Amino acid sequence: MRALTWHGRHDVRVDTVPDPEIVLPRDCIIKVTSTAICGSDLHLYDAYIPTLRAGDVLGHEFMGEVVETGTKSTLKKGQRVVVPFTISCGQCFFCEKQQFSACDNSNPAETSDASETLMGHAMGAAFGYAHLTGGYAGGQAEYVRVPFSDVGPIVIPDGLDDDKVLFLSDILPTGWQAAENADIEPGDTVAVWGCGPVGLFAIQSALLMGAHRVIAIDHYPRRLELAKQMGAEVLDYREVEVLEALKEMTGGIGPDAVIDCVGMESHGLSVDNVLDTVKAHTFLGTERPHALRQAIIACRKGGRVSIPGVYGGFADKFPLGQLMEKGLSVKSGQTHMQRYLKPLLDLIREDKIDTTFMISHREPLEKAAEMYRHWHDEQNTYTKIVLKPEMAKQRETPAPTARVSEPA
Amino acid sequence: MAKDIHENEARDKAVVENNRREVERAGKQGPADVSDDEIDARAERALNSEAEPQDRGAAFRSRRYEQKRDRRDGGGSSRALIGIGLGLATAGAAAFFFAKQREDELSDGPLISDAPDHVLRGKALEKARNTEAGAALVGRTVTVNKPKQELYAVWRDFARFPEFMDNVREIVKLDEQRSEWTIEAPMGATVKVLTRIVEDVPGTTIAWVSEPESQIETAGRVEFADAAEGRGTFVRLVMRYTPPAGTIGRLTAKVLQREPQIQARRDLRRFKQLMETGEIPINASPSGRKSESPTEATI
Repeated sequence: MRALTWHGRHDVRVDTVPDPEIVLPRDCIIKVTSTAICGSDLHLYDAYIPTLRAGDVLGHEFMGEVVETGTKSTLKKGQRVVVPFTISCGQCFFCEKQQFSACDNSNPAETSDASETLMGHAMGAAFGYAHLTGGYAGGQAEYVRVPFSDVGPIVIPDGLDDDKVLFLSDILPTGWQAAENADIEPGDTVAVWGCGPVGLFAIQSALLMGAHRVIAIDHYPRRLELAKQMGAEVLDYREVEVLEALKEMTGGIGPDAVIDCVGMESHGLSVDNVLDTVKAHTFLGTERPHALRQAIIACRKGGRVSIPGVYGGFADKFPLGQLMEKGLSVKSGQTHMQRYLKPLLDLIREDKIDTTFMISHREPLEKAAEMYRHWHDEQNTYTKIVLKPEMAKQRETPAPTARVSEPA
Repeated sequence: MAKDIHENEARDKAVVENNRREVERAGKQGPADVSDDEIDARAERALNSEAEPQDRGAAFRSRRYEQKRDRRDGGGSSRALIGIGLGLATAGAAAFFFAKQREDELSDGPLISDAPDHVLRGKALEKARNTEAGAALVGRTVTVNKPKQELYAVWRDFARFPEFMDNVREIVKLDEQRSEWTIEAPMGATVKVLTRIVEDVPGTTIAWVSEPESQIETAGRVEFADAAEGRGTFVRLVMRYTPPAGTIGRLTAKVLQREPQIQARRDLRRFKQLMETGEIPINASPSGRKSESPTEATI
């Protein structure tokens, strides 16, 4: 089959790799109909995540049709499913507590050692996201092996387009959990750093959860425009002093909750960020948490800090004193996907949540490598890329006729 | 009062004098004393040898990074950055080392920690009464979300060990108490161990020791204890073993990841996975690496 594989920093290729096979009874194989490139794939593309190996198949946002099932899978061939990006067993202490992304069993014994050393505890597994999280092949491919298929995937009823439900695989539940983690109360002002797909969903979710106002911060005009479209007030940090602006807009109090939808590769030309960049490139540090620092400073006393943005290790100059003195509470983590799939699918069916407005490009899987480049370099115009493996085949068919018509 | 002032003045003078001498000495030695070649050689030494024992990984990564940079823009400033980086890393390692040394200072009284013996370290480990010279003690506890009777039953049937113990190839039950284990050793070799159950408390404890005719001397003990209400069972595996062929054997085993500490950790994890989910997850899936099969696990 064809699949997008990682080979090094800024080097991804669409290769031919072996087809996946059913290995364990609870597995299934799905034929991918739609898959997206995630903002967190850029951390892999930029080689910010350790334990990724040359040849790994990337992609953790995907959906498709069940084509094979193991003896203990509850799915049936032909069903359309969206697969959550985290892999969860459903039976450990954490899964039973609905903390699915903390699953204690999905990360194999061999690969969980590394994350246990790094984080103190073994991480749950995810698709296409380095060997720290299991080393399972990802979904930017024609076929995917889905372990614990009786727990993860959600069956999609007929009549719902791929584009409408695809983001149930990661960014919609992630944006939703980000807003939920902000413990929004009536009258609250919520500030969101980063208007990428997760940020945009966090904005929508916060307003659905009853936030009085949402203020979004970014520097890409197109993304800020989308945020505005979703009902947020916006700040371009190239135009304003963000801390001052937030304070002025909230009568000196500051936002009640802040959400960092940026993560480890924050932009922004400030002293701390330049230092962080130097350190990241000399392997002295793993994070560039400029946005998070700013969010903590901005947050009102006794406010809430929600961190859906991805971080990988230790951060320098973390405003710990500010966190303590202002009495902030912090919630973070990978998304507990299975908790949100059903309720969010219902919201999509009732048209209460818009999931397609951010898709700027739909392209065949064959063009995935090129799309990664655009996604990395042109973030203003490429606001979300969806890859369709079938599209390539449809384009291949008329190709010979085109050649024939050319003069010999 | 006047005496104090006088003393202070004298001290200040001494400090000033000392500083002057320092400056003079530095001036004499000066940069002229160190040739460019020597600076390069020192940098080379700092990059290659000194950093290695501290943090081999960091040095390796830095070198790799440097090579990449050299190809791109000819090195230069990146070398300086790496130099600073390694300096900081060395300082960090030294601070850690001294802090650790201080922690190892221990009073002469009895040990006070409420923790199992296998987590003791440094002097406390030496003091622990049940550590024999030359023998290593490894242990690990996991929580399994199942009742302890069920877990005990699976463990008591030694024949299922190969399912979750990576280096146990086969177990043949000789009778209710004795079984013969075939264990994979480094370099494709196998060792035979004859074990006898010496303690068996249904639902709670199983302990075994190797018989004298075994190729490895080992003893193991697994304990099952209820966790808090509704939270499953603590399963604790403690093993004592005399490493094959002394330190060399242990090092070889470590390199090949057959080292018992790692082994115990992974084996218990697999046991937990098998008991909770009915299967032992593996990441077998396609990759662009030619040598791999999509049906085999990769690390």
